[in-house]
Amino acid sequence: MRRLSLTLPAMLLAAPAMAADLNVTVQIPQLNVAEYHRPYTAVWIEREDHSVAAQLAVWYAQKESKEGAGTKWLPELRQWWRRGGRELQLPIDGVSGATRPAGDQKLSFHDGKAPLGELPAGKYELVVEAAREVGGREVVRVPFTWPASAPQQLAAQGNSELGAVKLDLAP
Amino acid sequence: MIKQTLKWSALALALSLPVMAQAHKLWLVPSATNVSGADPWVTEDAAVSNDLFYPAHMPVALDRVVITAPDGQAVKAENASTGQYRSVFDVHLTQQGTYKIAVVNGGLFANYEVNGEKKRWRGDAANLAKDVPAGAKNLEVSESINRVETFVTNGKPSDVALKPTGKGLELVPVTQFTDLAAGEPATFQLLLDGKPAADVKIAAIAGETRYRNAQEELDVTTGKDGKFSLNWPHAGMYWINATAQDDKTSVKAAKQRRLSYSATLEVLPQ
Repeated sequence: MRRLSLTLPAMLLAAPAMAADLNVTVQIPQLNVAEYHRPYTAVWIEREDHSVAAQLAVWYAQKESKEGAGTKWLPELRQWWRRGGRELQLPIDGVSGATRPAGDQKLSFHDGKAPLGELPAGKYELVVEAAREVGGREVVRVPFTWPASAPQQLAAQGNSELGAVKLDLAP
Repeated sequence: MIKQTLKWSALALALSLPVMAQAHKLWLVPSATNVSGADPWVTEDAAVSNDLFYPAHMPVALDRVVITAPDGQAVKAENASTGQYRSVFDVHLTQQGTYKIAVVNGGLFANYEVNGEKKRWRGDAANLAKDVPAGAKNLEVSESINRVETFVTNGKPSDVALKPTGKGLELVPVTQFTDLAAGEPATFQLLLDGKPAADVKIAAIAGETRYRNAQEELDVTTGKDGKFSLNWPHAGMYWINATAQDDKTSVKAAKQRRLSYSATLEVLPQ
């Protein structure tokens, strides 16, 4: 890698035209409970002042009922709701979607492209929040600096409603 | 005192609250403070009791409930019912934004003597001269304005319903009323007749008092600008209260005015 970076093609690749990547893996744990519902989950990026830099994903029940089964419970994602979820007009292409099953959920985002957009250089936190019907709620945060100068693998571990949250940054 | 109180109607009790501010708390509790979805509703409990928030004494009179929608217009309480210990009603949140749900009480009190017998009266200014006999001795009249509020937001918070009326003690947000979280200080401004109320003590008490052995009351005092900050130690429903007295009565006969403001605010976990 080090050797390659000295070659001319690699130098070109490192030019600003090359879009940086931000890859997220959210582990939704397998839970041994009598009544299981897939968790409502939100993934977003916060600036140091907790304002939202990018809304990356929100997964909620898509089946609508008279009272709006899908969107009625979105405020249960409490931090997400107050940090900007309530400002959104859902659904949002490429952001909102159905709840996901237990397992590793992989998400890829590219600098300059929605929903990540152009993230100015600085310090951020990746935030993942999960809330489950008749279950609990958990928020996991992964601090990072953008853009990464070298490939970086960051992670934080949830304890109940979330498993490992991995953040892979590519310069 | 208790015997006397029981003889009174719920409305009378509510009217007399400032007198007994130390004894009972009038409160509203919404089933949620943040809602969304196609057809959101909340249900509200309204009662008078010592312990927060357990209906154990008297219901609140429903004719005193005023609901202000995000567009500033009054909307009706739905499915209202009054039980032995509490009143219950629903709010149908058909608009986006913040609703103010209030119980507003006010009126005049008179103590006087006729033929050596002590009497008391309550009512409004129009009836004072009519109801209290001209020959009444030792007539003492006081006025009260008592406001109890709570707030519910459908979607994004908004300010229109929170405009103060300019009468009595009122609270306006610096931090949104429905955007409170444990460990994050919240700032509000207390107004008296629409102007900053300086140096007024504010007490905040979290609900579920039955499950702890002390009130754990948080006390702060408003600054010159009427502002104060509360740092919520944990999540929960909090009842905050302020009282004041002055002589700015609206009727000449009343020498003293007693004012009270309470709000129920929900603090969510981080």
